[in-house]
Amino acid sequence: MSNVLKIKKGVEQGVNELLKFLLESEKVKGIFTLRKMNENGAVSYSLITHPKELKNAVPLFPLMPVNAGKILSGFTLKKAINEPIAAVLRSCELRAFIELIKRTQGSLENFLLISSTCGGVYPLKSLTDGTFKEQVSQYWESAKNAEIASDIRPTCAACEYFIPQQADMTIAIVGKNDLQQECSIFLNTKKGEEFTIGAPGNIVSEEIDTKETTKLREKRQDQKKKLFDEFEKNGFGIKALVKTFAACLSCHGCSKACPICYCTLCDFDSKTHEYLPSSHEIELEQKGGIRIPPGTIFFHIGRMIHMAVSCVNCGMCSDVCPVNIPVSTIFSKVGDSLQKLFDYLPGKDIEEPVPSGTYKEEEFTEIGE
Amino acid sequence: MNDEYTPKIIGFLCNWCAYTGADLAGVSRIQITPSLRIIRVMCSGRIDPLFVLKGLLKGADGVMMMGCHPGDCHYQKGNYSARRRYVLLQKLFEDLGFESERIGLWWVSASEGPRYAQVSSEFSEEIKKLGPNPVREEIFI
Repeated sequence: MSNVLKIKKGVEQGVNELLKFLLESEKVKGIFTLRKMNENGAVSYSLITHPKELKNAVPLFPLMPVNAGKILSGFTLKKAINEPIAAVLRSCELRAFIELIKRTQGSLENFLLISSTCGGVYPLKSLTDGTFKEQVSQYWESAKNAEIASDIRPTCAACEYFIPQQADMTIAIVGKNDLQQECSIFLNTKKGEEFTIGAPGNIVSEEIDTKETTKLREKRQDQKKKLFDEFEKNGFGIKALVKTFAACLSCHGCSKACPICYCTLCDFDSKTHEYLPSSHEIELEQKGGIRIPPGTIFFHIGRMIHMAVSCVNCGMCSDVCPVNIPVSTIFSKVGDSLQKLFDYLPGKDIEEPVPSGTYKEEEFTEIGE
Repeated sequence: MNDEYTPKIIGFLCNWCAYTGADLAGVSRIQITPSLRIIRVMCSGRIDPLFVLKGLLKGADGVMMMGCHPGDCHYQKGNYSARRRYVLLQKLFEDLGFESERIGLWWVSASEGPRYAQVSSEFSEEIKKLGPNPVREEIFI
């Protein structure tokens, strides 16, 4: 059981009210949230310090223009922020931020983390092809009934970690029948409770895991299985991979959008993996042909080795792919199995080291003998 | 010369143990498989999984990694990291449907010349049974 702040307003207005309260009472100096940019549904992350500017804030809008974990890590890479900021972000964004902090790419200090039980987000493409407005109308209805909203990102539909673990406050959305009348904000930590002292609304006691969230988790697990099975149908091995990545342009957009890929200079963009005329020559002599640009399979598998163990399944990679390769499905499938191997859930615990950067003396002892 | 298929295997050998072990095997005049191409590294911890991947994608039939026994690493803990990376790589290969039998990790100390000869020829035999790397058929990758 944890304390819940109930605001007698629709969930979107209720959250805005809370943000306004935090800013006006000067408990925080700024709010990091999604903000509407135009009437067509374009949103972008913004940092707001004046309460007046909050009027276009849409903290729960079902779009993810960029994984916020990446932005927050950018804010705090050199130095932790020195004044409190409230950041509203999704479960996977928060997990990505924590994964980045583990890799010394940021700091949690002075952040008030507000997250929500997530109903998923729509692909960015739905904005440009005009289907977004139609889809978003049934989004809240699906969330209320703990259903998987149709047309959301495939990874969102298969995401079972929609309840954030590390947030100070969690806005309850999934399975809340009275979304339009009441806004429930779970205060998970002492920090969350302190910041809401004097906030509008009343405090009650409730459980975040309900029948509805379990129902949605089960549905999403089924969907995940379906997604992986479908991928397995394409077959296995190098032949299948060549087919899957056949259209890859080597734009490396997936790695640029990925919150876990933080390297300033990616190994695969560096001189290390530069293909010189001489190497082309050798390969042509041996094989009689080469693909140009070369090394796409090497890039994707290489990237899996580097980050799949920390993959948070946010789906940004598939979303930015210009040739519609299901990158996120492959990465979440591989990531899932690697995470199980090391018994690791990315972003769950900030103290737990990243598996690829640590070891235990007494493990896998049968290997090498 | 007979036409029997000899696989091409790349071996990453730690300078402080397996590489010296290989030397010892040679000095002791033990028969060693000709299919192994040795690359010396300063520690098994230096073996980037990308080295292994690149080797296999460029058409090598197998990749061997050899390092010091656990606890004996010249740099204290390099072989433990190597072991984790190897496990990760093997799991990844299984998930992607690559033949994970094509990679292997062994602990071979500097005094284990015969062991070096034995594991390398055993691995070579196994790869011979598996046949050439299917990646070779894929030209445009």
